[in-house]
Amino acid sequence: MSGGVDSAVAAARAKHAGHDVTGVHLALARNPQTYRTGARGCCTLEDSRDARRAADVIGIPFYVWDMAEKFHEDVVDDFVAEYAAGRTPNPCLRCNEKIKFAAVLDRAVALGFDAVVTGHHARLGADGLLRRSVDLAKDQSYVLAVLTRAQLDRACFPLGDSTKAQVRAEAAERGLAVADKPDSHDICFIADGDTRGFLASRLGEAPGDIVDAHSGAVLGQHQGAFGYTVGQRKGLDLRVPASDGRPRYVLSITPKTNTVTVGPREDLAVDIVTATRPIWHGEPTPTECEVQLRAHGEVARAEVTVDGDGLTARLHTPARGVAAGQAIVAYRPDPAGDIVLGSATIALSERTTAEPGATAADSDPVGSADRSGLVRAAGAPSRA
Amino acid sequence: MRAGPFGALGISFRVMAYLDHAATTPMLAEALDAYVAAARQIGNPSSLHADGRCARRQVEESRERVAAVLGARPSEVIFTSGGTESDNLATKGIFWARGLPRVVASAVEHHAVLDSVDWLGSHEQATVDWLPVDDLGRVSVPGFAELLAAHGPEIAVVSVQWANNEVGTVQPIAELAALAAQAGIPFHTDAVQAVGQVPVDFAGSGVAALTVSGHKLGGPVGVGALLLGRDVACTPLSHGGGQERDVRSGTLDTPGVVAFAVAVEAATKTQQEYAVRVATLRDDLVSRVRAAVPDAIYNGDPDRRLPANAHFSFPGCEGDALLLLLDAQGVSCSTGSACSAGVAQPSHVLLAMGANDDRARSSLRFTLGHTSTEADVDALLAALPGAVERARRATAWKTPR
Repeated sequence: MSGGVDSAVAAARAKHAGHDVTGVHLALARNPQTYRTGARGCCTLEDSRDARRAADVIGIPFYVWDMAEKFHEDVVDDFVAEYAAGRTPNPCLRCNEKIKFAAVLDRAVALGFDAVVTGHHARLGADGLLRRSVDLAKDQSYVLAVLTRAQLDRACFPLGDSTKAQVRAEAAERGLAVADKPDSHDICFIADGDTRGFLASRLGEAPGDIVDAHSGAVLGQHQGAFGYTVGQRKGLDLRVPASDGRPRYVLSITPKTNTVTVGPREDLAVDIVTATRPIWHGEPTPTECEVQLRAHGEVARAEVTVDGDGLTARLHTPARGVAAGQAIVAYRPDPAGDIVLGSATIALSERTTAEPGATAADSDPVGSADRSGLVRAAGAPSRA
Repeated sequence: MRAGPFGALGISFRVMAYLDHAATTPMLAEALDAYVAAARQIGNPSSLHADGRCARRQVEESRERVAAVLGARPSEVIFTSGGTESDNLATKGIFWARGLPRVVASAVEHHAVLDSVDWLGSHEQATVDWLPVDDLGRVSVPGFAELLAAHGPEIAVVSVQWANNEVGTVQPIAELAALAAQAGIPFHTDAVQAVGQVPVDFAGSGVAALTVSGHKLGGPVGVGALLLGRDVACTPLSHGGGQERDVRSGTLDTPGVVAFAVAVEAATKTQQEYAVRVATLRDDLVSRVRAAVPDAIYNGDPDRRLPANAHFSFPGCEGDALLLLLDAQGVSCSTGSACSAGVAQPSHVLLAMGANDDRARSSLRFTLGHTSTEADVDALLAALPGAVERARRATAWKTPR
């Protein structure tokens, strides 16, 4: 129970359904003092109090479990290391994979519980299939798709059939004070929302070149390649205008040479995505399906092939801002909620065909090693 | 139906066993009666009219009752809001009044002393000397003498608890206080866990200040006292109407004070027979826990110890997992210290006693009280072996998958 409205209503529904429910709030900050006054995030003392009050109202026992050390190792350190390697991690996905449905679940099962109930917006019904929430704007199946069959068998998502508005209304009806608590959108361990500052404080400043993808010309300097994301347009501070006067976007980040490569928007498009560490729920491949390439991102039609240690998606229409480190999640469209077929971690994205309007689409002035290098999604990783 | 630990163990009824009397103990019937009777009456004890005088009389009679059973003069009893305020007042107040740079406290103090003294170090430029303890949690008398020999003239105040709230070790207060008195240093003791459990005599112990709290001995929460020697200067923490010797301003809580005095008197007068009864029960608990969990470590001083305290480390278990499992079966106990976020931190007391982090985290405190019976111990022993087994399995989540 994070202290938010979703987990409170999920707990209430589980209790109402007749389960023997115990509320658990995860203490994730190594030093809770630093989080005491933070209004954001999900591990402040205020959130802990909100969760406790919700448990009181629901009428279930409540405990705080200290997962700070494990969270730091498996989520925070991983987050920093992934950025340092030029990838764009999704810490919420990692938290589900390593903390909520691993450390917490294992501990709970050992203590005699049968399942972990969370307030995620996703459906997991009697058929055992993970599906999108009815509330597509709040759907969190993307960050749950990393769960294995064994993890899903011990998971319970009571909110998947409700919209967020319905959840809030029910919280109010149940007398839960968190009914109108604002949603959290930030990464919970970056209290001030300044991801670049957080990374800089851990990785240190590392000045390097901002390079034009086509001419190879050095257009400017950066203070650390980790501060940039694929698709980023603002804040590049380029002194040399583009010859055609059009805006330039970050196309790739290359940690090896500490280079940020920029170019026109059309160069962001890719149509083959290769991913590692697949979790696949048995659908034979190759298969025609939809793929989602970042949290709350649009879906693309694709042919997905899964073999022993990888997943390849051939997109029927190019996608922009595809970042290594993010998850690719495959869905089978279904009237009862799109079904998660599986997921994997994006390692590489490439373009095989020229997009209309692209100039020198396949040319790669920075060198193929760099171009095939790990590109990053536009925008900061969003909390899901 | 998904079952929790409660259902999964096949227990179909909730056994209630309250084994956390050191956290708070039920009010004595006579204290509750006295509280209700006093609360029905009007009157601010500082008012000059008849109603005020009536309230004042009840407060002063309560002061005399407390003084009489604790070996103090009535004027040495300063009513406060409880243990935390008394500890803050004694440590900070005497430090400020004396104007000397050093403060001495044991490493196993309750947070009310620990954090006050730490604050004096971090905010008031005090030099803090933490008195170490041995593996049983005892402060060394010769060690304290050495410290006094080296720094005596610089020490503003010394604070050593009468008995430890976690492991129950009783400190050699009379010896320590005598050394401090020889050196002319005011000696404060936090006796919150001691009053009603072991004989406590303010004058006889030679201490300059002593903290006592109501709700640990059958009185209400929110009232306590600092016994403060008449010649001990103490700067107030809060200023106002000048009540309580000008050391503790604020309208006195007449019903609280009345009930507190009734409880202190009752707990003190019945202390001996209570201690014999509850120690017998405790010894039974200890031997049965050891039989059920042979590798359990009994922490604290086995001899000079609070009669109602049993404190164990259960190797391979996390205290908070054990607490959850016992709680699910209606057994209430404590892991020792908890921070305000509710996260179980390794006990500073156990760490000071030389325990490693794992042992400190694996500890559980059972404390008995005036309502405890053999049935409470039976309930604990019915639940404990299974809980220990499960808690051991649950530590597996920490190991690499």
